Amino acid sequence: MIMNNIVIETENLTKRFGKFTAVDSISFNVRKGEIFGFLGANGAGKTTAMRMLCGLSKPTSGKGTVAGYDITRRPEPIKRNIGYMSQRFSLYEDLKVWENIRLFGGIYGMSDSQIAEKTNELLHTLDFGKDRNTPVKALPLGRKQKLAFSVAIFHEPKIVFLDEPTGGVDPAARRQFWELIYDASDRGIAVFVTTHYMDEAEYCNRVSIMVDGRIKALDTPDKLKCQYNADSMNDVFTHIARTAERTGE
Amino acid sequence: MILKYLIEKEVKQFTRNSFLPRIALFMPVIMMLILPWAANQEVKNIHSVVIDNDRTTVSERLVRKVAASTYFDVTETASTYSRAMEAVESGSVDIVLEIPGNFERDLRKEGAASVLISANAVNGTKGAFGSNYLAEIVRTYAEELQTEAGLRADAPPYRINPVNQNRFNPRMDYKVFMVPALMVMLLTLICGFLPALNIVSEKEKGTMEQINVTPVPKLAFIMAKLIPYWVLGFVILSLCFAVAWAVYGLVPAGNLSTIYVAAFVYILAVSGFGLVISNHSSTMQQAMFVIFFFMLVCILLSGLFTPVDSMPRWAQIITVPNPLKYFIFIMRQVYLKGSGLTDLLPTIGALGIFALISNTWAVLSYRKTA
Repeated sequence: MIMNNIVIETENLTKRFGKFTAVDSISFNVRKGEIFGFLGANGAGKTTAMRMLCGLSKPTSGKGTVAGYDITRRPEPIKRNIGYMSQRFSLYEDLKVWENIRLFGGIYGMSDSQIAEKTNELLHTLDFGKDRNTPVKALPLGRKQKLAFSVAIFHEPKIVFLDEPTGGVDPAARRQFWELIYDASDRGIAVFVTTHYMDEAEYCNRVSIMVDGRIKALDTPDKLKCQYNADSMNDVFTHIARTAERTGE
Repeated sequence: MILKYLIEKEVKQFTRNSFLPRIALFMPVIMMLILPWAANQEVKNIHSVVIDNDRTTVSERLVRKVAASTYFDVTETASTYSRAMEAVESGSVDIVLEIPGNFERDLRKEGAASVLISANAVNGTKGAFGSNYLAEIVRTYAEELQTEAGLRADAPPYRINPVNQNRFNPRMDYKVFMVPALMVMLLTLICGFLPALNIVSEKEKGTMEQINVTPVPKLAFIMAKLIPYWVLGFVILSLCFAVAWAVYGLVPAGNLSTIYVAAFVYILAVSGFGLVISNHSSTMQQAMFVIFFFMLVCILLSGLFTPVDSMPRWAQIITVPNPLKYFIFIMRQVYLKGSGLTDLLPTIGALGIFALISNTWAVLSYRKTA
C-alpha cells in the first residue's frame, strides 16, 4: 500500500469549526524514517491538523492517508500503526513505570512474554532500572517525557506523532530526548513533531511552517535559511510568522 | 485479550487511590448502620396537652387512657383552649385534645359526643399520625363505654379494627422498610455513578485522548470500566445482606437469588445511564452536577421515603421512567412479602427496557473520533 516509502500524504486537507477555518487546505507528505518538523505559532492549526492525521478528528474536506489508510474512512487501522504523545502526557500517573509499559503493550496486542522481554530491554536502554517500580507521577519531567516517548513507540509503529513533546524542560534534557528521536528515525519510524523551540527545528530533516491554517513554507532547514537569507531557523520563523493575522489563544 | 490489560489497570488504579476503597467500604457501613435509625418515620412521644372542661369520671378516664399510650406524652393539662394554643405556637406542644364541658351528659343522653383534636401541622407527619392515633384512642374508648353501659342492646355487637392496619410490616417497623431500599441506593452509586465519574476524570486528565489514538475498541474500553464496579457492587450488596441479618435480624422472606437476578438487570440499567452522562460531560464538575440532580430527583420520586401511591397523579407519571422505583419495589417485595421471580417478572422487565435504552444511547453517544 505504501508507495515510494511515503507514510503520510495529504491533499487540501481542511478542518472548519463553524465559520472558523482552523486548517486551510494543506498538502504535504512524510517519508519513512523522516523527522518532519511541524511548526507554527499558537493557534496556527498545528494540533488540529495532527488530530486529523491521528484519526481523532474528521476532516471537513480534502484527503489524507496515514500508513496507507484513508483518514476519513478508515481511522481504526491507522491507530494500529501510529504512536502518539501529546503535550499533556499520556501516561497514567498513578501506575508504575512497568505497569504503564505493560498496559500499552497489551493494548497493541503484544503477549505477556513479549512485553516482559521488551520492558527489560527498554528499561535498560533508558537507564530506568531503578525506576521500574516508581509511580510515573514521581518521575522528573524530563524522564517522564522520555518514558512517554518510548511507550508511544513500544509497538514499533510506522509513524509517531509528537505534540510539543519537550515543553518545560532544560536544553540538556531536550538534547537527550532528541537522541531518542534519532534512534527511532534510524529504525525507520517516521517522526512527526510539533515544537516551539527553534533549535529543535534545526534537528529536523524537513520543516513546515504553518501560518493561519496554511502551510507557508516547507523544506529542509538549510534550504529555508538560504531562501529567507537567514542565519537560523529562528530568523526564518520570525520572518514568516510576522505575516500572521490570527492571534494565538 | 485487551480487556485483561485494561481491567488490570482499572483495579490497580482503584486500589491505589487513597480515597475510593475507603469510601466504598465506609459508605455501606454508614448507610446500613445509621440511616435506618435516622430515617425512621415512626412517630413517638407526641407532646400533647389535654383540656378537660368536663371533669367527670368519664372524661378523666379518657385523659388517663391518652396518658397511658406510648405515643403520647401528656406534658400538661391546661385550663383553657387559648392557653393550650399558646403552647402549640411556642412549639412545645404538638397536639391538643379538648373535652367539652357537657361531654358525659351528651354521651349518656344522646349516645354521641365530640372532642376537639388540634394538631400542630408544622411537622406534617407528626401531626397527621398524632391525630390518627388520638382519634383511635377516643373511638376505642367510646366502644368500651358502650359495651360497659350495655346501651342499645339491640345494636349489632361491633368491633372496629384499627384502620391503619399494616400488613407485611405489622409493627410498622421502618427499619424493615428502609434497609432494602438503602441497598438500592448503594448499588446505584457504586455501579451507576462511580464508573461515570471515572471516565470523565480520564477525559480531564487527557489520558482518554491517548486511549482514543490506540486500537482499543469502544466496547472493550467501556467494559473494562464497568466490570470492576459490577463486581464491587455485588460484593457490597452481599455485605449489606449480612449486615441486615446480623444487625437487624432481617432476612428476605423470598429468595436471595431473585434479588441477585433483579440486581444484575438494575446494574446494567444504571451503569448505562452513568455512561450516557459521562459521554455528554467534558468536566468532572459538569458530571457531578448532572449526577447530583438525577440522584436527588430519582430518590425523591422512588418511593424511598414517601409511597408512590400517595403522590399526586402527575408526579406518579413522572416516576414511570425511574429505575430506582422499580428496584426498590422489587427489594421490598422480596424482603417483606417473599415475592418470587415470576411475580416480579413485569417489574424486572421494566428495568430490562430501561437497560436496553440507556445502553443503546451510551454506545451511540460514545465517540473515539470527534
